[in-house]
Amino acid sequence: MTLVGNIFFVLMAAVSLLGAIGTVASRNPIRSAVGLLVTIIGIAGLFLELKAEFMAAIQLIVYAGAVVVLFVFVVMLLGPDASKVPEGPPKGWAARALGGAAMAVFAGIASYLVLDSRPAPVPFPVVHADHGSVELVGRELFTKQLVPFELTTALLIVAVIGAIAVARAHVEKKTKARDERPAPQRFFVGPLHPRDAGHPLPKEHA
Amino acid sequence: MFQSLGTVVEHYVLIAGVIFTLGAIGFLVRRNVLVQLMSIELMLNAVNLALVAFNRAYPGNMTGQIFAFFIIAVAAAEAAVGLAIVLAFYRLKGTVMSDEGDQLKL
Repeated sequence: MTLVGNIFFVLMAAVSLLGAIGTVASRNPIRSAVGLLVTIIGIAGLFLELKAEFMAAIQLIVYAGAVVVLFVFVVMLLGPDASKVPEGPPKGWAARALGGAAMAVFAGIASYLVLDSRPAPVPFPVVHADHGSVELVGRELFTKQLVPFELTTALLIVAVIGAIAVARAHVEKKTKARDERPAPQRFFVGPLHPRDAGHPLPKEHA
Repeated sequence: MFQSLGTVVEHYVLIAGVIFTLGAIGFLVRRNVLVQLMSIELMLNAVNLALVAFNRAYPGNMTGQIFAFFIIAVAAAEAAVGLAIVLAFYRLKGTVMSDEGDQLKL
């Protein structure tokens, strides 16, 4: 690996880790969304380092282009309520703190085990130049993995319909009850039929 | 122990593990549902990174990258449905704090 590759790896790793910390630690959800965006860009850079150009492009298009924008839309839609903290002590803070601490301990142990791996790490093998290219991944997707790929479309359609059904505002029915309607007007005002002679019209019409 | 950085799978697995753990801590500790959903996305991204790194270490076929592709598709669907649920929850409760969601409690 060249010096440039080393610098790129360290840069992208640092960017993704700092973005992840920003996502978790920010008080403002917009800043969390920006941290998620930074993490996604860093991971896309790591994908490039791993010779996975197609995955890097998909990562940027789908995550940075769609998912983060969706998050930002929802945060903007909720406005200041998105970061409003209710009064009173938070419920279950002890259990949450314990879970977070346990995950931190787990991260430490896992990092130690990965760095102390036996046997010694083996460098990546040399691969063909088009490893991870659009052509190779696309051929795999449309031949061997065709059925799961098509099922993904069904999943996305169902997800979109479900999202619309869940998020749609339930508008109240506009029809009023029967007795709230105004009484029907009498439009005919004029010489009365002999049959109605004994029953004159109300005063407002006469 | 230290090879040239970024040329062994262990370095990527380390980064993926740390990002996954940060996502898990965020999901457990934060109360804002939006931030919790973002933490889930962090965890899915970390898994994607590990899958692609292992595919680079064992490049006989493209299974790791195909898996990561499907995970991205599922994550997009999950984000859409999750944010719709957040909006419905906000209409119901007027807040996005997850410990206010106790409708199923007897």
